[in-house]
This record gives sequence, structure tokens and C-alpha cells, in this order.
Amino acid sequence: MDPECSRLLPALCAVLVDPRQPVADDTCLEKLLDWFKTVTEAGPSLLLLQENPCLVELLFRVLKAHDPRPRVLSFSLRLAGLFAAQEDCFQYLQVTPSSSVSQQGELLPMLFGESGPLGGAAWTAPTVRSGWLQGLRSLAQHPGALRFLADCGAVDTIFSLQGDSSLFVASAAGQLLVHILALAMRGPAEGHPSPQGCDWPACAQKIVCHVEDSLRSTATLQVTQALNVLTTTFGHCHSPWTQGLWVRLSPLVACLLEKDPIPASHSLVDLLLSVARSPVGSSDCGLWETLAQTLSHLSPTQAGPLALGILKLQDCPQALKTQAFGVLLQPLACVLKAAAQAPGPPGFPEGATGDSITVDTFLSSKSACVGLLCQALAHLELLQLLPQRPSPWPQAPLLRAAVAILRFCHGSAAPTSDVGGHLCAVLAGCVRVQRAALDFLGTLSQGTGPQELVTQVFAVLLEYLTSPDSSPMVLKKAFQATLRWLLGSPKAPSCCDLDPHTQLFLGELLPVLRKRLCSPCWEARDSGLEFLTQVTRHWGEVPELTGQLLRDPESYVRASAVTATGQLSSWGLYATPTGPEHPEVQQESLFTELLHILSTDSEGFPRRAVMHVFTQWLKDGHADVAEDLEQFVARVLQAASQDLDWEVRAQGLELALVFLEQLLGQPGSRCPYAVALPEAAPPATLAQVLQALCRVQLFEFALRALFDCDRPVAQKSCDLLLFLKAKATPCGGPQEAGASPDVVSVEAALQRWQAGEQGQPLGELEPEAVMAVLRSMDLEGLRGMLAKSSDHMEKSPQSLLQDMLATVGVLGENEADCY
Amino acid sequence: MLDCGLDMTSTLNFLPLPLVQNPRLSNLPGWSLKDGNAFLDKELKECSGHVFVDSVPEFCLPETELIDLSTVDVILISNYHCMMALPYITEHTGFTGTVYATEPTVQIGRLLMEELVNFIERVPKAQSASLWKNKDTQRLLPSPLKDAVEVSTWRRCYTMQEVNSALSKIQLVGYSQKIELFGAVQVTPLSSGYALGSSNWIIQSHYEKVSYVSGSSLLTTHPQPMDQASLKNSDVLILTGLTQIPTANPDGMVGEFCSNLALTVRNGGNVLVPCYPSGVIYDLLECLYQYIDSAGLSSIPFYFISPVANSSLEFSQIFAEWLCHNKQTKVYLPEPPFPHAELIQTNKLKHYPSIHGDFSNDFRQPCVVFTGHPSLRFGDVVHFMELWGKSSLNTVIFTEPDFSYLEALAPYQPLAMKCIYCPIDTRLNFIQVSKLLKEVQPLHVVCPEQYTQPPPAQSHRVDLMIDCQPPAMSYRRAEVLALPFRRRYEKIEIMPELADSLVPMEIKPGISLATVSAVLHTKDNKHVLQPPPRPAQPTGGKKRKRPSDDIPDCKVLKPLLSGSIPVEQFVQTLEKHGFSDIKVEDTAKGHIVLLQEAETLIQIEEDSTHIICDNDEVLRVRLRDLVLKFLQKF
Repeated sequence: MDPECSRLLPALCAVLVDPRQPVADDTCLEKLLDWFKTVTEAGPSLLLLQENPCLVELLFRVLKAHDPRPRVLSFSLRLAGLFAAQEDCFQYLQVTPSSSVSQQGELLPMLFGESGPLGGAAWTAPTVRSGWLQGLRSLAQHPGALRFLADCGAVDTIFSLQGDSSLFVASAAGQLLVHILALAMRGPAEGHPSPQGCDWPACAQKIVCHVEDSLRSTATLQVTQALNVLTTTFGHCHSPWTQGLWVRLSPLVACLLEKDPIPASHSLVDLLLSVARSPVGSSDCGLWETLAQTLSHLSPTQAGPLALGILKLQDCPQALKTQAFGVLLQPLACVLKAAAQAPGPPGFPEGATGDSITVDTFLSSKSACVGLLCQALAHLELLQLLPQRPSPWPQAPLLRAAVAILRFCHGSAAPTSDVGGHLCAVLAGCVRVQRAALDFLGTLSQGTGPQELVTQVFAVLLEYLTSPDSSPMVLKKAFQATLRWLLGSPKAPSCCDLDPHTQLFLGELLPVLRKRLCSPCWEARDSGLEFLTQVTRHWGEVPELTGQLLRDPESYVRASAVTATGQLSSWGLYATPTGPEHPEVQQESLFTELLHILSTDSEGFPRRAVMHVFTQWLKDGHADVAEDLEQFVARVLQAASQDLDWEVRAQGLELALVFLEQLLGQPGSRCPYAVALPEAAPPATLAQVLQALCRVQLFEFALRALFDCDRPVAQKSCDLLLFLKAKATPCGGPQEAGASPDVVSVEAALQRWQAGEQGQPLGELEPEAVMAVLRSMDLEGLRGMLAKSSDHMEKSPQSLLQDMLATVGVLGENEADCY
Repeated sequence: MLDCGLDMTSTLNFLPLPLVQNPRLSNLPGWSLKDGNAFLDKELKECSGHVFVDSVPEFCLPETELIDLSTVDVILISNYHCMMALPYITEHTGFTGTVYATEPTVQIGRLLMEELVNFIERVPKAQSASLWKNKDTQRLLPSPLKDAVEVSTWRRCYTMQEVNSALSKIQLVGYSQKIELFGAVQVTPLSSGYALGSSNWIIQSHYEKVSYVSGSSLLTTHPQPMDQASLKNSDVLILTGLTQIPTANPDGMVGEFCSNLALTVRNGGNVLVPCYPSGVIYDLLECLYQYIDSAGLSSIPFYFISPVANSSLEFSQIFAEWLCHNKQTKVYLPEPPFPHAELIQTNKLKHYPSIHGDFSNDFRQPCVVFTGHPSLRFGDVVHFMELWGKSSLNTVIFTEPDFSYLEALAPYQPLAMKCIYCPIDTRLNFIQVSKLLKEVQPLHVVCPEQYTQPPPAQSHRVDLMIDCQPPAMSYRRAEVLALPFRRRYEKIEIMPELADSLVPMEIKPGISLATVSAVLHTKDNKHVLQPPPRPAQPTGGKKRKRPSDDIPDCKVLKPLLSGSIPVEQFVQTLEKHGFSDIKVEDTAKGHIVLLQEAETLIQIEEDSTHIICDNDEVLRVRLRDLVLKFLQKF
């Protein structure tokens, strides 16, 4: 021990025994014990005791105190136990007299014997009894301790403490008995002692006899205590002697099964499972029979945990497993039977058809019915996840049962049988069963099921998601189950797409989700969001896949991928595969990529899609577009102007119009009822606008389009220029059209363009020149021309007359022929 | 008479009354019989496959054939929805009795009637259809006109004058106030928790108690909570006015209402809520008050349009004593009990008497409009249905459970606007009823037949019916039911001077008896024992005796006997007195003591003893005296 600690120890011990000093709180004493434990475990402790006589002094003083404080007394008992775990310390404490206290004596018997706290007033405090037990538990490590226990009569006290009013004390007493039994059997009986017990050590014999007596008792409490001791024994001790113990006690356990009702059934189940899991179980065929017998004797509710335990066992006979599985399935079989409108598809395997006892339980009371169903559902849910679950797993009937239960709870089932009617009344609106059934249904999503059942699952989930009566917790569970079914939705190998029912479900799910997100109940909003988060998490790879599809060999797919990535990017959901380390280049790269598609893709559809995306980006004020608006527009228009597809060029004009409107600060359409939002920035002056238009070469693009061989393009361009002209005229100065030399060259170029020679560029344009050109052009006339459809010549009266005349001429010719 | 509600579902058979000229409704084709006979085409119009009566809407009155309403002495009103037929009863049947109701019931009932009259009178319709009501004609009509009951008794709406006259016959009462009715019974209104001033009634005599439970709620909404304790120890509990939608939980429905409202408004659509001007609307406004900020709807205007909107909103704030505890405490702060005051202050909620006038200047869309009438046949709601019905962006949300929303919508088809049905009915559901009955434990429950079986559409839902022991007695329309108790006792008062003269004798510890000679005086169902008049002085004259002077003969009465005869002791006494050869036989009612020697038989029963001996009066008297020794006299 640290010398400094040694120095402090006497003062501490003095404080602990001084009744005037406030007692340190429990946690300090616990920490102190932990420290002593580490010290004693580190090596021999005798020297420590000898060098620190204050410790022994403390124990003596506490014992001699008139009114010891329970916490300190408990601490002392546990401390003494810790030291006495070592044989030499044990001897030392047995005989060491106190140095200062006048009365001498053997310390350990004084602490743990009948003269100690056992008879005193402090014994009424549970903490003292607990300390006494824990002290003995630490102490009982060597044969000397066994003799000590026998001499001081501790075992009888432990027996009585098994029924202590404090559960902690009672439990510790049981565990201590097991520990002592194991200690006693360690020495002489490492082999296989006889079941009769003639060669068992006296201490062990005493404990086992006590257990036997308790098992024969008519008091359930005593039986429970004995069973708990045995459960712990078989759970912790795997030595061969336990075999003998089981051989000796199993007839008594079997006798319990013959009583009606079976006493302490929970503890009995625990014991049987504990034995079955221990090495004893694998070698005892009688055990399986006992288990089978117990299964059939217990009530459905009591048998559930045993059945689950049996099914979890690694090696047990198939027949027993089948029986156990049948027990678990029975409540659900009952539900299926009750829900059946007509003899339906095959249900559960043999042995699981709802027997009369289960039906009786169902009908006895609401709480029994609900309890049994919840238990069965929880057990089956656990079982489904285990590798050793029964095979074949009756997925389809289980699904049917889960759906039926949920319908009963929702009131949407329409049973015809009496049991069905009763179930309906009992389960309607029962939140507990709803939760259990939804959890179970969610777990079942891992398996497959016939299509019509999956459809029913989705239908019932939708019922719960939609129903205003679903309690917040039920709604949450319904969302969780839905997620699991959506993600685990089994697909037939022949089809990769979602089946129509699932699609229908998704179609109906979206409005439900929207509504739940608007719910005034915060739990509903929260579960809705959780669901959404989970779904999007699983869709995390979607943007990446979309990005890859930009290079799909099929042009339709490329076009759709363009639209999708464009939209995802608008929402900030698109992350390119370049990785997260360069977030700033990602959007740029998507823009570049799309621009690349616009310039190079051989098919029209993807290029049109790109133009739509760009226009939308411009409308939405996409962050990266807004960064350098003019450059964006200039590059897009340049690419679009050279496109062979007229729709691309027309869309370019659409984009140009959006750009123009934004510059002029005039949104295209506005809801007449909407309140006007404050403008982000005041609209630019006309001169600034015109300069910007020149910089992005919008005029060259529009004028070139004006003479486009495709009429819709020309029409759109004409509208655009007219719009601009109308905006500019009231503000424009009285400039002479022919005054600027630029105008002449521009007009000359335009004439050549009109004649079909579009190779020559217009070059740098000045805003004034542009406006002058616009004023000089007869755009209204041109619009009138363009508005005429290409067959306007054919439809004109002149054409009609000519046609008629021509027909007459033909007739004449025919007449001539007839001659 | 318990309540007098008006069946307004009859109005669903009529065409809506538009506020402005409506070409669609006025150009509907007339309906003609299958054989082409078109004599009804002025009265009946066809609209989207349904046939409607083109006339002023008419209402179905309470049953008047079964009982002469002029003989009704008292009408007890449970809530303002259950008094809408009052003017028909008080003004047209010769009724001269008294109506009892609480103050909020009367005030809000007046508002409802005023609104109804206003809705109908402001759109005068010249035409009144009556040909179709002819029984032979009615048989030929399509459903639901064909199946409408008692159409001949349907009446047009009353006038405001009739309303005022009817309301003047109401006597105001407060909760727990005891009102004597002709000395025969005492009636007491108790809070029923459903609406402002809504009541259940206790009708009791000294020894019997009947509870009338109608339209009650156990939910925490704005009214005072339901008084359950006072319903205990009832001989009969008449139970009616349960929720009309037992499967719809009001909380869930309010959630639906808010979610759908928010969804519509966010998409730029308008929301129309057809409603009554009082009741659930207060709770809805309170929910919205808490919800609109969190849902980002603060800028959306809420309009409440009703001729009585202002009065309704203001009345609600002044009936503090009729409100739930939370709201009552607010009054002392002082704060308005309902948060709609704040909505009005902040201009989030605006109210108007009609769509004409100020409303058209302030009207902004998208918005939420609360207006009547929930039947969609009259009131400002008709205008909004026509205005918004064509756009799928808009939504109409039905919250009142009184009308089938599909039938209400029938004359507006085809309709593009979304329809959401969120009936909010806070009245008792069957789970609450069974809890209530367990708590109150009446000896008998009497209820309409419909409550004793599952709803026809959900015959398997045995949870949707009253389940009590003994099974509830049910009644159906026009059935006469005898309540399962008999009045066996009456309370009689004893005048003090008579009481003074009594000499009680203790016959058992704690039980004393005395004989009373008195005159029983009964007036107004009160019974009083008065001292008998002194024996008439001999007048000596020849004055004619008047019948009223007849004094009951006060014969000297034999003493009354009480007690029982212990047979063994009796036999011992007989032996002591020299009788021998005594045999005792047990009979069903007692014992027979046989004195074989004397050939005499003493028959001892619980309430009589006979001594049968032949012609031996001395023996009989001896035996009688022996018997009397065992009994007490007084």
C-alpha cells in the first residue's frame, strides 16, 4: 500500500467509528471497498493487516459500538470478508486480539457468528444483512471458511435470509448458497459423487437437503427459493457433480409438474432451461421428456417463455422443438382461425392449430388475451432473428396472422365466428397489441411472402399510417414497419421494378407523409421526419447512380438523368463522385458536364433536357448560376445557338427571356393574390440591362434566331425582341437610326442572314446600335408573317380559286381524252 | 318533455339557397316521371343524378301525433342544439307550460335560431312545393325523397317573432338548482360537459330518482366538466345523445383537420369549414391558435362569417361560470378565457355578418373560412361552395357530425375541390359510457334501440354498443315504455302538535313505534298529517249536517301487536299451564302446535296466529292470553 495512504488510514478509521462524525455517503464507502479489493487481489494481504492495525481496530470498534451505524457496519462486514478470503488473513482475523479495545476475542465469529450483528438491532437494516452476506461471499474461498461456516451456524441464517423482505438480500442469500455448495463440492467430489449423497461433504449435504425439503413444501415461496438456487447452480456450475445433483433432484422437480396449479411456474421454467443449457442437459434424455411434459402442462401464457427457451437450445430433439414452436404459434393460429371468412390457404404446421386452452385464455378476459398475444408476438419476433429458428419458417401464415391482428385492432376485420367477434371487441383500439404486431410485422419483412400477402401488408400499414386514430407510438411503429417493408420488399427474380401494388402504395404513402408532417401532434411530425430521414439515408447512393447514368448509352436515359441530376442539384442533393474533398468543384463539374452534353451529345433529347435544366436553374436562382450569371448565360446561349435541333434553340430563347425578365426585375407570372415579396435588388437601369445583354451576346443569338429556318424559333425570337423593344422605347433617347456606322454594318449582316448566309458573325455590338436596329426593323410585320402557318398559301382564297380552275382544266383535258 | 330538437336533415332534400343569382342552379332541368309525365318539373330538379325539391327548405318536427302537446306541463332542455324546435311547440300546439334551460343554452340557442331564420329569410323564395308530398306521388320518386318520413308534417322555418315568443317562455336555471314541479317531483340540471350550459337532468321524488343523460362529454374541452357524482343511485338512467361517430376519436380528427388545413393553404388553396356559430368552433379556433405559428400559417387570414358571429365570439367570453376550470381561472387574471380574443386583436381572425359589405373589401386568398350552415343548403357557405368548388386546390372540411357530408355535397357535383370528413363529436362514446355506468351504477338503463346493437354497417363491432348489467331497456320511435319502477312510498309530514302527542314505544333497540290518529291532508302532491278535529260539540240544534262536518269515527282501537312467538318456549309455557301431549309440526309458513288432548290446534305463522278449538271459548281465551304474553302491545 502507498505509504501516504497508510498514513491517512488510521484517521479515516477513527472517523468511521466516531458516532459524532458524519458518515461519508455510500458511494465513498463503495469506492473504499473497491480500493481494498484491488489491494487484496494484488497479492498477499497479511502484511498489510499487520502493518495497519487500525483496520482490525476498526472492525473491533464497530462491533463494540452501542449503536453502530448500519452503513459502517455493513462496510466493516464486507471489508472483513475481503481480507478473510485469503487463508492466512483468515487465520489472522480468527485469532488476532485487539490492541486497544479491552475485550478480546475472535474477530470473525464475532462479526459473522450469532454473537455478532446477527442478533443486534442493526440487523433490521437490510444494508447490514446484505453486508453480512457479501462478507461471507468474499470469505468463502477456502476449506477453512467451510469449517467456519459450519461452526458458526451461518448456513441456517442464510436459509432464513432466502425469504428476506428485501429482494436484494434474498437474492444474495440464494447466490451465496450456490457458492457455498460449489465450494464444498470442489474438493472431494470433483469426480462423480453418488446421487444418494452419502459421500457428499456435510455442508453440501445440508444445503441439498434444505433444497429437497423446500421442493417438497406446499408453500410456493419456498419452492420458488429452491428452484432459484438450483437455476443459479446449473447456470454457473458446470462440474460433473451437478449431474449427480440433477439425478437426485429431478424426481422432486417432476413431482411439481403433477400439482395443479403448478407452483412457481416461472422459476420452474427458468430451472429447466438452465439445466437444458448446462452439460447435464445434453446427457440426460429424461430432461427432454420433462420439458415436453412441462410444455403441455403449463398454461399458454406460462409455456411461452419455456417454448422460446427450448427453441433457442442448440441441440434438442426435433419433436420437442416442433412441440415448442406449436406452443408459440397457437395464439396466432387462434387469431387466424377466428379471422377466417372461409376455409382459406393452409395455415400453420400440425400442432399449432389453436387448441381449446388457448381459445379459453382468449375468451377469459381482455388482459389475458392481450397479454398472450403480445407475448407470442414478442417471442416470435425474437425467434425470427435467430439462426436456429425452426425450419421451414411459416412465413405466409405468420404474415396473415399479423395482418389479421392489426385488422382486429383497427376494427376493420369482419369476422364471422364468435371468437372473432370477441377478439374484435377486445382488441379494437388496443395500443399494446398494435405496437407488438407492428414490430413483428416489421421483422417479417426479412422473409419473402406471396404477392397477395405483401399487398395486404402494405394495405394494412397504409390503414395505420392514414388513420387519425393511430396513437403517436403506433404511428411511429407503423412508419418503422413500413420502412422495413419498403427496403426489404422481396422482389420476384423475374422483375426488377416495383410491383404495381408497391407502386400504388408509394403513391398513397406520399400524401400521408405530407399530411403527417403537417400534423399538430409533434410525435406524428417527428415520426414522419424520422421515416423520411431513414428513407433518404437508404437513397444516399441515388444521386451518384444518377450521375453515372448521364453517360448511359440510351439517349432517353441520358435525357432523364440530366433532368434528375439537375433537380437533385437544385435541392442541394447532388454530390458528384469526385468525393467530398472538393465540394466547391462539384457543382461546377455538373454544369460543365451538362454543358458538355449540350455541345457534344449526338441525340436531341439529352440536349433539350439540358436546356430545360439550365432554364430552371436560372429561374430558381441556383446558387452556382447566381455566382456568375452572365458567364453562365453567355456559355449556354453560345452552345445553343449552334445546335441543330430547333427545340434546343427555342429553349435557348426561353432561357434568354427569363434572363431578360430577371434583369428588368419583372417576374413572368405572379399569383394575383400573392403578397409581393420585397425585391432583392432594385431593377437595373435600361442602359445597364442593354450592356449586360450585349455582353452575353443575347442579341446576336436572338437576331440569328429571328431568321431561323424553323418558324417556332423565329416566332419566339420575334416575341422576345418585341418585348425588349417595348421595354426600351419609352426610355430610349431620340437617336437617329442611320447616325451610327455600326448600324449599317449590322443591317447589312442581317440582310445576308436573311438571305441564308449565316456564317458571318455580327461582331461587337453597342447597345445604341442594337436599339437603333430594333427600331428600324418591322418586327410587328415579321410577327404577322410568322404567325401564318406554312400552309397559309394553300388555304388562301386565291389558292382555292386556282385549284378550282385547275380542276376545271383537268376536266376539260379528260373530256378531250374521251373523244 | 325531455328536449325538443329539430331534425334538419330534411333540408338535404332541397336545393341550396344561393346568395346571388346562380345560373347553374336556376337552369337545372326539371324532373319528370318515367312515363314522361312532367307535372312535378317545377318542384323537383335534377342535379348530377339526384333529385332535389326546388323550394324553401323545410324541417322535420318532433312527433306530435302520439301526445297532445298542449297537455305538456314542462319541457327540460339539455343543450342549445336540442331546443331548435321550440317555436313550433310553444307557438302552434296550445302549449302553456314552462320550459327550463340554463342561461347559456338560451342565449346560444337564440343565436342558432337567429342565424337559421336569417339564412332563410334573406333569400326569399316565392315557390313552395307541395305536390311531391302527396303520398301517391311520393312513392314514385327516387330515393331518398321516396323514403323521407312524415313529409306532410314538414314545416317551413319559424320567424324571429316566434323565436322571441318561444324564448320568453323559458325559465332560466343554474346547475344543481332544485326546481319543484307541482310538488310531485324535483328537477335539477347538472353540468354535462358537452357545450356551454349543457345539462343532464335529475328528476326525483323522495324515494325515486330518474336521471336523464343527454349529450354529455368526458373530454376536456371548454365547458364545465360533467357532473357524474350526482347521477349515482338512480333507479333509472335515460341515456341518449351519444356520439354519432363512435369510431372517430375527436383528438385524431382535430389532428386531421389541422393537417389538411395546413396542406391546402400551403399549396395556395382556400379552406372552407361549414359549421355552427357556436360549440366546436371555439375549440377549433383554440387549436389553430396554438398551431398556426408552428405550421407557418401566421399570415393566413381566418374568416368567421355568420349573422351572429360577433355575438357568439363575445358571448363565449362572458359565460365564465359555465366554463372549465382553466378558463375560469383566466378570468381572474384578468384575461379573456378563449384565445380567439387574441386572434381577433392581431387581425388573424376576422368576423363578418355576411359576405356582403366589409368582407368583400378585406377578402384575401388563400384563406380559411368558417361559416354556416353545415347542411350546405343555406347560409354563406353556399356562396363559397360555388366560388371554390371548381378548383382542386381548395378544400372543404366537414367537422359537424349532424349531416352526411356526401348528401350535403350532392347538389354541388361535379366538384373539383377536395372534401375532407373530420367529424368532431365530443359526446360520450361506448367505452366512456361503460365506464360511466360502472361508476354511477343505475338500477336500470333506458336508451334508444340503436345503442343496443352494433352499427348496421359494422355488425361485427360488438364494442360499439352499450354493454351493461342488467341489459339496457331499449325503445324505438313511437314506442310507449313503462319505466321499470313503481312509486311505492310517499313522504308525509306530521304537524308539530300532532308529533308532540305521539308516544313512541321501543319495540327493538333503535326502533320505536307509535300509533297515530290524524287527518291526512293532501294538496299539490304534498301530504300532511294534521291532528284530528276535536269531537263535535253537540249543537243541539237541528242544523243540517254538512258532509264536511263528517268526523271520522274514532273507535277505540285494539292494541297493535308485534313480535314473534318462539315455539319451544311457547310449548314449555303450555306445559307449565297443564297442557300435555303437545305436538309441533313444521309447515311452510311456520308451525302448528297440536294439543291432542284438547283437540285444539294453534297455527303460528309469520304474520298471523290462529287458535282453532271447537266451542270452547274459555280454552281459546286462555290460549290467546298465553300467546299474547309473547307479543308486545302498543
